[in-house]
Parts: sequence; structure tokens; C-alpha cells
Amino acid sequence: MVRKVVESDSARSQRSAIPEIELKGISKQFDSGNANTRRPVLQDISLAVERGEIVTLLGPSGCGKSTLLRIVAGLLAPSAGEVFVNGILPVNARQMMSFIFQDATLLPWRTVAQNVGLGLELEHAARPLRAERIAAMLRLVGLEDAGKSYPRQLSGGMKMRVSIARALVHRPRILLMDEPFAALDEINRDRLNEEVLRLHREQNWTVLFVTHSVAEAVFLSTRVVVLAAHPGRIAHIHEVNLPWPRESAMRLSPAFDAEAARVSHLLREATAISRPDGEGALG
Amino acid sequence: MRPKITLALNSLLVLAFFLLLWQVLTVLLHVPAYILPGPIAVAAVVGSRFSSLAASFWITTQAAAIGLAASILVGIAISLIFAQWRWLRRLLYPYTILLQTVPIVAIAPLILMWMGSGIGSVAFIAFIVCLAPIIANTTQGLISVEENLVHLFHMHNATPAQVLFKLRLPHAMPSLFVGIRISSGIAVIGAIVGELFAGSSRVGQGGLGYSITYANAQLETNYLFALVLAATVLGFLFFFLGIFLEWYFLHQWHESRRAESGN
Ligand SMILES: Nc1ncnc2c1ncn2[C@@H]1O[C@H](COP(=O)(O)OP(=O)(O)OP(=O)(O)O)[C@@H](O)[C@H]1O
Ligand SMILES: [Mg+2]
Repeated sequence: MVRKVVESDSARSQRSAIPEIELKGISKQFDSGNANTRRPVLQDISLAVERGEIVTLLGPSGCGKSTLLRIVAGLLAPSAGEVFVNGILPVNARQMMSFIFQDATLLPWRTVAQNVGLGLELEHAARPLRAERIAAMLRLVGLEDAGKSYPRQLSGGMKMRVSIARALVHRPRILLMDEPFAALDEINRDRLNEEVLRLHREQNWTVLFVTHSVAEAVFLSTRVVVLAAHPGRIAHIHEVNLPWPRESAMRLSPAFDAEAARVSHLLREATAISRPDGEGALG
Repeated sequence: MRPKITLALNSLLVLAFFLLLWQVLTVLLHVPAYILPGPIAVAAVVGSRFSSLAASFWITTQAAAIGLAASILVGIAISLIFAQWRWLRRLLYPYTILLQTVPIVAIAPLILMWMGSGIGSVAFIAFIVCLAPIIANTTQGLISVEENLVHLFHMHNATPAQVLFKLRLPHAMPSLFVGIRISSGIAVIGAIVGELFAGSSRVGQGGLGYSITYANAQLETNYLFALVLAATVLGFLFFFLGIFLEWYFLHQWHESRRAESGN
């Protein structure tokens, strides 16, 4: 198969010597629990994500996608290997990263505006700046009228938008998204995917995106990293052969179907070598 | 709204029927007043001795309120410490359960012996019975914060104090109020038990518990009933105070999922 390298303009223009996210031989093993859980969760993961890329992690449940994302965020330390974000250790690079979780994880005792401003508040940003940024973010995600509402008054899709606004308010360069839209219906999910792409184009983000959905992975990504489980390892890295910018109509194109079929096949292969008993592992 | 009103009316009807039955039976069966006075006699003594009844009521109210307030403050402080240092929690948490299992009736005389009689030791006894539910519920609320929320705070390089006061404490508010609700019910019981032993005061006026022992000894059964009635009303008031506080602080954001579970 001839692989035409397709990447976003921003990725091409921003390419530099230092990858935005660099994983070198990452392994992770949890000390807690019984012998069963003490087996490596991740084994020898190496991956470099360039500035402006959208890379999705796709793989069976339990293959360590969330764990990997947390390692990149500096929330977990790897057992072996090195991680660099923009050339420095993740814990020192948190200002340039935002993490978006599967559920909105809003603080129910805060209004929407207070939730969006959480990060700025924790970082002691000045009040006028805070108000201005919050208002701008709420406009960005189409919730300018919901600032005074409490999370319990919002629909699932709106909550997710608040969560996105909260992640964007301190202007990250890197977005780590752990199945952010998994709990939403398809229409909302597609719409938010398009918004992510639009914002990605405007703000020149680098995105590391975890998903269970092949269609979502193909639609969003420059590259899809297919993981196998037990232990979690990279089974395949697939460059998505679709032009940029991605348009919603592309979802109906034969090219999209072909890419989705290819990634589905890779995912099935990866799942087949993912034995829960840990036997027959690749390495 | 309408079914609620009907329900309240029906409850009142039940009460009225019960009072009527009580009055009729005491009259028909010629029950002596010192064994079981009728409701009319009790109502009469409430009227005639209202000022001393109200004074006792007020003394017990103060003791229970001081004990409850102190248990809330101390309980929150201890829970915050428990949430922050896990080893300390592991070490000391079992002893807070002891607080709950120790028979207060048995240690009340001891406290009287150590602290002397008066409102201080009564409030202290109320404090002791109120403390365990506050600590148990608040600690649980503080430590049961979703891991992702903690991660979220860490992504912003939050300090431990920020995690504690901007995340764990607000998250624990509903649990804290469950504790307050339980404790507000037993604060009055604790105060009255305390007064049974330690309630006499040199000024000559004791709280409800003290007056109950006194009325009992004097075979003033009418007044005894009035005192029991006052104690019940006081317990109700405290309980509703707890519910009101919970509503006041939480209704805006909380689904009051816990409203049903009495815990
Ligand atoms: N704190 C922990 N302690 C022990 N084991 C853990 C811990 N966190 C995760 N694991 C284990 O690591 C493995 C990978 O977990 P992880 O959540 O990263 O998987 P995932 O790929 O995100 O799965 P899913 O698709 O279901 O979200 C699982 O087997 C899980 O049980
Ligand atoms: Mg996961």
C-alpha cells in the first residue's frame, strides 16, 4: 500500500527538532494489588508526537490508554523509560497541557463560569483577566448564557462543553483527551469532534486523544496508534490518508470508509493478540 | 402541594383522635393523676408553670446547641486532619468509633465528677455524643473525591491546601450535613441525659433533664409529662434546624440525593 503522508499545515510548518510529546521506552507497572495486577500495564512504548498533530490511541479496554495519558500529563510516573513534553519533564510542562476526562468532572458546587475559571483561580490569575477569559471561552463553546447555571441544570453535551472550555481557558498548546465524548450521543459527539478540529486549526494544538471509536479516530487523527493489551504495547501506527481540513461530509466518502475499514482491521488484529492471561505477548 | 396539605391535616386528625382517646380513657378508667394524667391536666400545668418550663427548656437548648456547635467545629477539624494524613486516620479512626459505642449514661457521672455540675459538663456530654457522626460522615466525604478531580487540580499545580479547601471540603458538604442532621437529633438527648446526672445548678433552675428527675421524685406526674413534651419539641426543633441548614447551604447545587437515606 502506498502511504501518502498527510498532515495538517500547522504540523508541517511547525516541525522542529524537538517533538511536542516524546515517549521513549515507557513501561508501567502498578505496585498495588495482587500478582495479577502487578503485571506490566504498559511495555516499551515509544512514540513521538509532533507539534500540531492529532494522534489517537485506539485499543481494547484495559490496554493502558488512560495510564499512558496520565504518564504524559505527569500525573503518574513511568516504571521505566522517559517522557518529555516539549523537551522537558511533564510535571514542569503542565502549564502548556490540558487534560479532558471522559465525564465532564465538573465541580457541582460551582457555577459554569466558576468551573471554567477553576484553573485560573488556582493559579491566582487576576480577577478581571479571569472574567474576561471565562466570558471568551463560554462564547467559544456556545454557552455564553449558561455562565450562572449549576452543572446539574445542564445536559450531558453542555457539561462536556463546559469541560472543554475549562481546559481551553488557560490556552494550552497540548490537549490530552481521554475518551472525552464517549458518554455522548452520536450527533453531539460528531458536532464536538468538528469543534475540536476547528479549534485545532485556529489554535495550533497538539492533541493526544483516546477513543474506542474507529470512526472518531479516523475522522480526527493525523495518526492512529493501535494498542494491544496485556501488556499494553503499540501494535501498529497508522497514518490516516485523508486530506486536511477535515470536513463533516468526508465521513460519507469512500476514502473515509476505506480508512475506517483498515483501522478496524488493525484493531481486530491487536485485540486478537491481547490475551488477558498475558501469554502469547509480542515481546 | 395539595396532597401535602391533606397529609398534614390527616396527621393532625390522628393526633387529635389520640389525645381524645387518652383523655376519655383516663376519665373512664379513673386512672389516678400521679400514674397517668390526662392531656387536659398536662395542658393546664404547661399553662400554670410556663415560666419555669420555659427556663428549663432554654437551659437545655443552650447546652445542646453549644455541644452541637462544638462537635461540628471540632469534628470538621479532626476530619480535615484525617483527610490530609492517611496514616493518622488509620491510627486514630477506630477510636472515633469508640466514641459512638461508649455508653453515655455510664460515663456521664464520671464527667460530672471531673468537671463539676452545670451547663459546661452537660454541653460536654452532648458534644461527645454528637462528635462521632460528624467525624465519620465528614471524613468519608473528604476522602471519597473522584480521582479525576484530584488529577484536574494537580494539572493546575494546586497546593495541598487548595485541594483540601477548594475540592475536598466542598465535596464533603453533603456528607457533613448528613452528620449534622444525625447529631442535631441526638444533641438534645445527650444534653438531657447529661442533666439527669449533672444538671443541677446552684442558681436553683435546672434544665429539662434535671427537672424531670426532680418532678419524678416529687410525684409531680403532670409536670413530668409537660417536661417530656417540651423535650420532644426541642428534639424536633433541633432536627429541623439541621434539615434547614442543609437545605440552606446545599439546595442550589446539590441534588439532595441523600435526603431520603437516613443513614
Ligand atoms: N492505580 C492503579 N493501580 C493498579 N492497577 C491499575 C491502576 N490504574 C490502572 N490499572 C490497571 O491498568 C490497566 C490499564 O488501565 P487503563 O485505565 O489505563 O486502561 P484503558 O486502556 O484506559 O482502559 P479503558 O479503555 O477501559 O478505559 C488495567 O488492567 C487496570 O486494572
Ligand atoms: Mg481509560
